[in-house]
Amino acid sequence: MSADGDVKALRRKGRIVVVGASLAGLRAAETLRDQGFTGSLTLVGDEPYEPYDRPPLSKQVLLGLECAEDTALPRTRDIDAEWRLGVAAAGLDRAAKDVRLVNGDTLPYDRLLITTGTKARPWFHPEEAALDGVFVLRTRDDSARLFRKLAAGPRRVLVIGAGFTGSEIASVCRERDVEVTVAERAPAPLVGALGEVVATVAARLQRDHGVDLRCGVSVTALEGDPAGRLRRAHLSDGSAIDVDVAVVCLGALRNTEWLAGSGLAAGPRGVACDAGCRVFDANGIVTDDIYAAGDVARCPHPLFGYQFLSLEHWGNAVEQARIAAHNMLCASTDRRPHLWVPMFWSVQFGVNIKSVGVPTLGDQLVVAQGALDEARFVAVYGYRGRVIAAASFDAGKWLGFYQQQIEAGAPFPPDYALVDRRTDTLQPVDPAFPDPHLPTHEPTVTVTGHSPTERRVQFVAPHA
Amino acid sequence: MRLVVDLNRCQGFAQCAFLAPDVFALHGGEALLFTSRFDEALRDQVEQAAAACPVQAILVDFSDEPTKGAEGRVG
Ligand SMILES: Cc1cc2nc3c(=O)[nH]c(=O)nc-3n(C[C@H](O)[C@H](O)[C@H](O)COP(=O)(O)OP(=O)(O)OC[C@H]3O[C@@H](n4cnc5c(N)ncnc54)[C@H](O)[C@@H]3O)c2cc1C
Ligand code: SF4
Repeated sequence: MSADGDVKALRRKGRIVVVGASLAGLRAAETLRDQGFTGSLTLVGDEPYEPYDRPPLSKQVLLGLECAEDTALPRTRDIDAEWRLGVAAAGLDRAAKDVRLVNGDTLPYDRLLITTGTKARPWFHPEEAALDGVFVLRTRDDSARLFRKLAAGPRRVLVIGAGFTGSEIASVCRERDVEVTVAERAPAPLVGALGEVVATVAARLQRDHGVDLRCGVSVTALEGDPAGRLRRAHLSDGSAIDVDVAVVCLGALRNTEWLAGSGLAAGPRGVACDAGCRVFDANGIVTDDIYAAGDVARCPHPLFGYQFLSLEHWGNAVEQARIAAHNMLCASTDRRPHLWVPMFWSVQFGVNIKSVGVPTLGDQLVVAQGALDEARFVAVYGYRGRVIAAASFDAGKWLGFYQQQIEAGAPFPPDYALVDRRTDTLQPVDPAFPDPHLPTHEPTVTVTGHSPTERRVQFVAPHA
Repeated sequence: MRLVVDLNRCQGFAQCAFLAPDVFALHGGEALLFTSRFDEALRDQVEQAAAACPVQAILVDFSDEPTKGAEGRVG
C-alpha cells in the first residue's frame, strides 16, 4: 500500500504499527484515529507501563510532590489500540514489512512509525555503574528509585554532568536540603545548550543555592566499599569526594540498535527523515511506509538552513508525532512538513528557563530584556545577521514574540530598545558555545547535518 | 483522572493555581508545578482551571480506562 491510490484502503483497513509507546507514540496514535483511521493499530513499548510524562521525573517527582507512578499521560481520545507493553522490538524486515519482537512475535505493517526515543547514557565503567548508589534518570523506575534514595537522607549526592537534567536534580537536592556536588567538564552548567555567557548565570544560581559546583573537571572513577556501595568519587583534578549517591547525567543515546540491518538511515545520531517525517534508507532514498517522530528522529528544518536537527524536547515529540500520523494517511500532495520552531522549558532553583529556536547555531548574542546579573532576562541569539533563538530566565512571556521574529527571519541585532528601556545599548557578544566538534553532555538540540567537506559515498546493498 | 500542562505554552499567569490550588502551584516567580493525577473530588476545580487558562495549556482527561496488553515484565 505505497501508492497514493491505496490511501483510502489504508485508512479503512490498513495495519499501522507504532514502536515506542511514550509521548510521541501516544499522540501519533490519537491523531491517526482523529483523522479517521479505522484499521488495526498496535503500540509496542519495552517499558511495562502505559505512556507517561517524563519532565516531572526530574522535578515534581523528586521533590515528593507526586509519585512516579502517577505520571501517566492523559488521553485526548480513545485509540482502540492493541498494546504490546513490556516487550521490545528487536528487528525490522522491510522486505517482509514486519517488525520482530524480542519474544519472537512478528507484527506485519502497512505503515510503521518509529518513536523509540532515547535512553540515558550509562556510566562508562560497567562495574562502577553497578555500584549501589549510582543512578541515571530517564524512566519512571529510575525516578522512583532516586526519589527513595533522596528521601532516605544521603550525606552527599554527586551529579555528574550539568546539563538540564543534572541541574534540575541538583536543584531538587538543595530544596530537600541534601548536600550536592555537581561535576561538569565544561566551564559552566548548560553551556552546550545556551553558551557560556548565559551559562555563567546558571553557575551563579547553583552556587547561590549552596551547590558545590565544580567546572572544568570530569569524574574519573567511582569507588565502592566491599559491600558494593558507592562511597567515593575521583575527579580529574586529583581530588576525591565522599558521596553515597551519584547521578550520571551525561546525556542520552538514541534507541536505534533494533534497526541495525534494516537498511534504514538509523544510527547513533538518530533516524534520519525528511521534513514530512518519512524515514530515509541508508542510501538517502526516502521510504514511503516508514515514519519517525520524537527524540529518536532527526530531520531537516528550513528555518535552520535545512540542517538535520535532532531535538530532545517534549513539544517536538508532540508536534512531530501529529505531522507523522497525518502524513502516513495522506496522498503525497496533502502531506505537511514539520516546521515547528524548537522550544523547551526547564525549572531549576526556582527559575523558569525557556528557550525557542536553536541557540547552538548562534554566533552572536544580546541581552534584550532584563539583565544577566538579575537572573531575569531574555538573551537573543543571532546567526549571520538574523534572529535564530532566544532564551529566557523568568521572562517566558517574551518568547512568543521572539518565536515570531525567528519565523520572520528578523534582522540581528534586534532594534527594539523601546521594548525595555533599560537596554540602551544592545551590544552583541559571542555567546561562547563550546567547539561543536567536542562532544557535550546534553545539548538538547544537536545539529547533525554534515558539512559538504565531510561527504563520502558508499552504496549499501539491502540486507548486506 | 489525569492532566498534563504544555509548559511551552504556559505563561505562568497562575490562573489555574488560583482555581485549583491543590493541583497547580507556582514555583518561584513564574514556573508552574502540577500533579498529573488528581482526585474525582477535584474534578470541578480542575475543569474550571483548564477552561480559565488563557493559553489553553492544560490537557485533562477524565478516563481511567486500563491499558490492556502489558506483558508484565520487560522482555
Ligand atoms: C528527566 C527528564 C526531564 C525532562 N524535562 C523536559 C523539560 O523540562 N522540557 C522539555 O521540553 N523536555 C523535557 N524532557 C524531554 C522529553 O521528555 C522528551 O523529549 C520526550 O519524552 C520524547 O518523547 P518520545 O516519545 O520521542 O521518546 P521517549 O519518551 O524517550 O519514549 C520512547 C519510548 O520507546 C521505548 N523503546 C525504546 N526502544 C524500544 C524498542 N526497541 N522497542 C519498544 N520500545 C522501545 C522507550 O523505552 C520509551 O518508552 C525531559 C526528559 C527527561 C528524561
Ligand atoms: S492558567 Fe495556564 S498559563 Fe496560567 S499558569 Fe496555569 S497553565 Fe500556565
